[in-house]
Amino acid sequence: MSGMEENEGGTDKVKRFMFLNRKAPYGTIYALESLEVVLIGAAFDQNVSMVFVDDGVYQLKKGQQTKDIGQKNFSPTYRALEDYDIEKLYVEQESLEARGLTADDLLVPVEVLPSAALGALMEEQDVVLSF
Amino acid sequence: MAVLHTTNKSPLQTRDLESCLRLSRSGCGILLMEDAVYGALKGTAESAKLAEAAKARKIYVLGPDLAARGFTPEHLVQGVKVVDYSGFVDLAVEYHHVQAWV
Repeated sequence: MSGMEENEGGTDKVKRFMFLNRKAPYGTIYALESLEVVLIGAAFDQNVSMVFVDDGVYQLKKGQQTKDIGQKNFSPTYRALEDYDIEKLYVEQESLEARGLTADDLLVPVEVLPSAALGALMEEQDVVLSF
Repeated sequence: MAVLHTTNKSPLQTRDLESCLRLSRSGCGILLMEDAVYGALKGTAESAKLAEAAKARKIYVLGPDLAARGFTPEHLVQGVKVVDYSGFVDLAVEYHHVQAWV
């Protein structure tokens, strides 16, 4: 396949993994499961990015207070992702706009991309995992 | 008799709320819970439909679900009322019956 880098070992390839997040947090388990898999995958030294589209952008909303719904507030974990060498967080501009949100409403720095650019980026991946 | 409708899915992801708004009648109540609380926010692509429906219906959101998602009452469409869990129980008693849109 083209566009892949080689490790020092020669045969091992660094693959580009993208985690595509399209669900709101708490109402379903998808958002939390995605985070869990991302953190596990971080141990394998691959090229990992996370993308937030549709209601997935709500995962990054500032100010989540979950004590009264009896669920763990996992949103601070997004701020820790850079410590796991996952520094690339992308958010679709159209999804933010449809929800009346801007990057200032989000709890972590992200790169906001329009659909066309995000689609191109998705096509460059070796693996896209959907949550 | 007036019905309390409940819905728990984001209107930006499913059409449950849209169907609820279309088929519910004047004078009813609609409680938005879980991911449906996103449907009560102003400034979204779906806000106008809810604001229109709210003219003839009482719209409620479950406060704990709103707070969990990082929003406060000031983010809500005008006229939407926040209730807590005991308020939900009161509504279930007050209306003739509860109809869930799931």
